[in-house]
Amino acid sequence: MTEKSDNTKIRSVKRMKEIMTAYYIDAKTAGQNGKKVAWITSGGPVEPLIAMDVIPVYPENHSAMIGSTKMAIDLCEKAEAMGYSRDICSYARADIACATVNGGPIGGLPRPDFLVCCNNICGTVMKWYEVQARYFNVPLFIFDTPFIHTDFSQEARTYVVKQMEEYFIFLEEQCGKKFDRDKLKDVVKKSVEAQRLWKEVLATTKHNPAPMSAFDAFFHLGLIVTLRGTETVNDYYTELRDEMNERIQNGIGIIQEQKYRLLWDNLPLWYKTKWLSDTFASHNACLVADTYTSAWSFVIDMIDLDKPVESLAMAYSNVYINISIDRMYENLSTMITEWKADGLVLHSNRSCKPYSFGQYDTARRVSDEFGIPTLMLEADMLDGRLFNESQAQTRIDAFIELIRQRKGE
Amino acid sequence: MISAGIDIGSITSKVVILDDGRIYGSKIGFTGYNAERAGSSIYNSLIEELGIKHENVNSIVATGYGRNSVQFADKTYTEILCHAAGAFYNNSDIRTIIDIGGQDSKVISLSADGNVKDFCMNDKCAAGTGRFLEVIARALEIDLENFARLSLQSGKPASISTTCTVFAESEVISLIAKGESRENIIAGIHDSVASRLSSMVYRVGLNPPVMMTGGVAKNSGLVKAIENRLGTGVLVPESAQINGALGAALLAAKQNYRQ
Repeated sequence: MTEKSDNTKIRSVKRMKEIMTAYYIDAKTAGQNGKKVAWITSGGPVEPLIAMDVIPVYPENHSAMIGSTKMAIDLCEKAEAMGYSRDICSYARADIACATVNGGPIGGLPRPDFLVCCNNICGTVMKWYEVQARYFNVPLFIFDTPFIHTDFSQEARTYVVKQMEEYFIFLEEQCGKKFDRDKLKDVVKKSVEAQRLWKEVLATTKHNPAPMSAFDAFFHLGLIVTLRGTETVNDYYTELRDEMNERIQNGIGIIQEQKYRLLWDNLPLWYKTKWLSDTFASHNACLVADTYTSAWSFVIDMIDLDKPVESLAMAYSNVYINISIDRMYENLSTMITEWKADGLVLHSNRSCKPYSFGQYDTARRVSDEFGIPTLMLEADMLDGRLFNESQAQTRIDAFIELIRQRKGE
Repeated sequence: MISAGIDIGSITSKVVILDDGRIYGSKIGFTGYNAERAGSSIYNSLIEELGIKHENVNSIVATGYGRNSVQFADKTYTEILCHAAGAFYNNSDIRTIIDIGGQDSKVISLSADGNVKDFCMNDKCAAGTGRFLEVIARALEIDLENFARLSLQSGKPASISTTCTVFAESEVISLIAKGESRENIIAGIHDSVASRLSSMVYRVGLNPPVMMTGGVAKNSGLVKAIENRLGTGVLVPESAQINGALGAALLAAKQNYRQ
């Protein structure tokens, strides 16, 4: 294992923790401050909520925290005892169970006033949010984004734009005030700026040695998920980007003696990020980028600030896992080229079928087109019972051997 | 130059000694609960039998699940690289290797120069491994040595639907209760393992000639079932069970770590 010296620590982490703490305190005390709380899916249109002064809360982000603090298995087992199948998404299981016991690292999420579910990330969220709507007895708005196999038809376009208008009406009813379109424009502008800054942060890892890794990106992603559209996020990512550029100037890499540049596909194993990071680092390999954290900036060019409603509808329909494998592959292959990847690690995530579907074909295409080794790690983003450390170790060791062999080492 | 390869598997440990690239001796023993002790005791007893002193061994490579517990090894490699090296040494035409070990099975595809192109391993499941066959053998009260002979006598392999080792064992027990013959049950078990294995082969791409390595390759009934599934012949080298250790010894022979 490589030893972490002080210069591999990222300064901004402290600020990030402060922002997240303040955010959750605000959310948990929203009722006392006359504010509404909405639970929303990670790929859901959040800008209209921010424009209406509603505090968005993300069960998925919370589940990731549950995973990082290794509290997931207990909650998954609790959900299974409630009758939910072990085959259901572990985020859903953890959240459903957590709501009944106020468990997890922050004693549960604040009670929602209403729920917003967008099915651009999967079908599970529909049933999951219906369960929570019944449990809390609150209204649920479902934003339905048709899957994009090839092109986005005019009918589909009209359909999602119309729902955006219905969403505004729903928010007016919930908040008891008129929807402010000018404010939405301002929020969307900030949100686009956040995505642009996030993209710049992630782009710093194209440099050798990479000033941060995908494991850091998994952590710093928190804000683009939860608070995009607010000034806080933009200030934070500006600071983080500057810190990364400073590290580049000083030649500071996140791992010592970085030799191999790897890409990661799918969500992280929240409960094993340290082990994975150390294991790759022990082979002088750095996960320089990943499709998951990049997903929040893939659609940035689709947003037209002059047409916020239409373009938001388009952007939310075109998110990374609501598009065909061919289109996902285009994004991935661009990343392989731009980040000069020596290998691709694919997490076949038991919980996330839409993300994991097609990965074997993707791996084959990558090895045919780029000739780089690929590694399939079968696990789960949250449920540690589906991960076997010694098997993963052998696969990682063998994968690195292939990379070395290819480089003639 | 003397080199040694030590393969610590989940059930057995294997040691191969090479003298100038030729097999000088080999030994197989049970791993038990102490992988470190298993490795050193098999290695020590083999070099003693061969009349070699430890200080005269130029390089040692360890592989297998217990590779990191072999403290006296100069280097470790995964089974993937070692099985590839061993198979390529046996037959340089080989393009696909099926290795069935005690706790995992893997398929490796090789390029013409013997380098590993791709590999695939079974995940978190004992079905299709040596341990699976052991469990079934116990349920049928038959020695593994007789598995091949009996399955080749089967008229109509029984259909085994479950892939989980534990549940397959109960399925076998219910087949026995129904009066199904042991021959047909064993042939059915072989076919279910072959089915899992062949889908792994297709995952990395079927590219003949195919070689099978690992202790399970001694089971000709299973080899036949795999051949049927793949529609191509499967070669089994004499040294199938020690193939991983042989590969390790060959990789060790490339480096003289001690002098």
